[in-house]
Amino acid sequence: MKDDLALLIDRIDAARLNRRGFMGGAAAIGALTTMGAPAFAADPVKGGILKMGLGGGESTNSLDPGLAASQVPFHINRIIGEPLVDVAADGTLEMRIAEAVESSADAVVWRFTIRKGVKFHNGADLTPDDVLKTLERHSNKESSSGAFGIMEGIASMRVDGDVVEVTLHSGNADLPYLMADYHLQIQPGGGMANPADGIGCGAYKIVVNEPGVRHTFEKFADYWDTTRGHYDGVEITVINDATARMAAIQSGQVHIANRVDPKIAKLLSRAPGLSVQNVSGRGHYVFIMHCDTAPFDNADLRNALKLAINREELVDKILDGYGSVGNDTPINAAYPLFTELKQRTYDPAAAAELYKKSGHDGSPIILRVADGAFPGAVDAGALFQQSAAAAGIPLEIKREPNDGYWSEVWNKQPFCASYWGGRPVQDQMFSTAYLSTADWNDTRFKVPAFDELLLAARAELDPAKRTEMYKTLSQMVHDDGGLICPMFNDFIEAVGDTVQGWEKNGVQECMNGLAPHKTWLA
Amino acid sequence: MHPVIKLLAQRISLGLLLLLAASVLIFIGTQILPGDVAQSILGQGATPETLANLRAELGLNDPPLTRYFNWLFAAMQGDLGTALTNGQDIATSMGKRLGNTLFLAFWAAVVAVPMAIILGLIAVRYQGRWPDRVISSCTLATVSVPEFLLGYIAIFFFSVQFRLLPSLATVYDGMGFWDRLYAIALPVIVLVLVVLGHMMRMTRAAILNVMQSPYVETAELKGLRKFTIIARHAFPNAIAPVVNVVMLNLAYLVVGVVVVEVVFVYPGMGQYLVDHVSKRDVPVVQACGLVFAAVYIGLNLVADVVSILANPRLRHPK
Repeated sequence: MKDDLALLIDRIDAARLNRRGFMGGAAAIGALTTMGAPAFAADPVKGGILKMGLGGGESTNSLDPGLAASQVPFHINRIIGEPLVDVAADGTLEMRIAEAVESSADAVVWRFTIRKGVKFHNGADLTPDDVLKTLERHSNKESSSGAFGIMEGIASMRVDGDVVEVTLHSGNADLPYLMADYHLQIQPGGGMANPADGIGCGAYKIVVNEPGVRHTFEKFADYWDTTRGHYDGVEITVINDATARMAAIQSGQVHIANRVDPKIAKLLSRAPGLSVQNVSGRGHYVFIMHCDTAPFDNADLRNALKLAINREELVDKILDGYGSVGNDTPINAAYPLFTELKQRTYDPAAAAELYKKSGHDGSPIILRVADGAFPGAVDAGALFQQSAAAAGIPLEIKREPNDGYWSEVWNKQPFCASYWGGRPVQDQMFSTAYLSTADWNDTRFKVPAFDELLLAARAELDPAKRTEMYKTLSQMVHDDGGLICPMFNDFIEAVGDTVQGWEKNGVQECMNGLAPHKTWLA
Repeated sequence: MHPVIKLLAQRISLGLLLLLAASVLIFIGTQILPGDVAQSILGQGATPETLANLRAELGLNDPPLTRYFNWLFAAMQGDLGTALTNGQDIATSMGKRLGNTLFLAFWAAVVAVPMAIILGLIAVRYQGRWPDRVISSCTLATVSVPEFLLGYIAIFFFSVQFRLLPSLATVYDGMGFWDRLYAIALPVIVLVLVVLGHMMRMTRAAILNVMQSPYVETAELKGLRKFTIIARHAFPNAIAPVVNVVMLNLAYLVVGVVVVEVVFVYPGMGQYLVDHVSKRDVPVVQACGLVFAAVYIGLNLVADVVSILANPRLRHPK
């Protein structure tokens, strides 16, 4: 894309193109950029082995899809398995194992028509019964599944011919989106017998599984979708050390490296033979206050702190520009049905005024941070302290050990740094962390009106009305919540020049884990 | 009883006692870590209910003493249990990792030990002259640089700039012998540089110490060549301290190379241990600790035995 623009500029230099031609060309490139399609995509080339160097894998990883939590197990799930539906880059729903989805008018009963002709890696045909068993396994608390929270809303399930019918406790228009969760890949017999056997229905089947070291996959010949899965095989090498990962991509030993440190992304993009790809996701770095604990039970103090943080500076210095400014709501443009709210900006004068109005006794407000909260959290805390000091608000930064941060500090201490990975849809994000009764309500945001509206929005099928409702919900968190959200971080990956067909998809890293399915080697 | 045999028996039983003491320490150490396994497995996703379920399932509610003896007796029978986090058999998965670590340590030692001793002999031969100075200062320099930095420097030049050697030292089943050697070339180079200085300087010092002895003067007066004196007369008598330092470094190569393993993405014991420590997988941490302690005590035992055997006064009692 950059090269196309450079070419246009060169042509102007050579006076071979007038202004109008340039504008047209530039607009076309712009349009293509927003569409996220490769500019001059050739037909995919079949064959070759894709080598990925990925951070976020441990020798403790299991092949049980329900237990996946870090990046490498996520990718394994995406490579060997396939869920009922998928969330596309533009936030629309994509049919995968389900051929069609329909619901009752109140969004309580959902019917997924299961695709025919899909085979598992063990040669068995995928049946609606397998889908039902899979969903049942994840609904069982014993499975310790990461998708258990999603399944809690389901009252009953049954098979009806080619259809799996799901009945909810109450209406939820987002149910199909929830079914796109990567834990919910369909397994033969639901994986009831041995959930960690690694047999899925995805484009590649697992050959070598050495947790924390290496995973290799080969193309599954009977995969149903011929437009995906162009490689003969995929190789994942687990490289947790960031420097080693960057060395591996620079020396050409891997084609894709995930989790590029924003601080070196610009330097890395100058290296030959690779490009740095970034896309904004739903993940956000936050400071959270408990709305029910003094002094944060005072709305004026909360808002004073929200006004006392310099969001642009944090995006610049902590993310080195690879991210976007947050607006004290967990929702950003990556979500479907998103409406922009008025941006809150750094205003030391207004912050000082509100701080005075809050009547806080002037004792330092303790903010707990650790590098484990999010990369650069300690530095971000120091910057926050500086900008708050300019507004006359004394912050005391208390550095906590990474060890035990999520058990001892997060969701326990009234003011600390944290990280949210985001969720596919608003409803899930709000229900996980802002509903009064949620286990992970880490800001102790307990507003009955909010809960009521959230439940109403969940059952509302009219997109226009829902958009309006989600706007109001966002506004409530923005105005009154305990969330200070300075920034949304980008997913940043380094991709070798031989890899073609790269798309921007910010649902999860590496094209939502579809890089092995949709790219190919030149 | 022959005094040597008696001494050896003493040393070995002392070693076993030490190992038992180490096992107690390892067990206590893993108990006083903050948080528990269930907490760490679930991480941010922990709710009181899931925690209680997982704790019961993992047997974390038994008293510590019961757990210690259960563990110790099982370990003595070679059963190290299963990992809490992924349910794999510890002995099997650790065996593979231990094999990798020993493979790397073996090749580093094969290069480093003879090299250190020969360089030490040369340094003594040219004591105070330029070969001595060059050898001493170079090895001192490499031993002073932190090993991860040496690793990154090596990666920068050999992998990124000249693309001669791979920066990923990942070895796996079914990899050919020569491929393996090629893969571990860089970590071996780094490890050699890290341990060379210590061993070489100790060799040099030990031999220089002996060089003051009257019998070396006699050998000189006999008209022997300097190098022959060093290699034939001085070195055998300096063997005890040299073996000691060699064993110390071998132990380091097995138990202390976690940083090098991380930098070169080598699937060894260190990486395995660190992964499980961060997940509070206590059985694995205990097993690794036990193996590390055994390696350390074992190698030191070997050093002791060699120094005893190398001492003529003990071998030929009056």
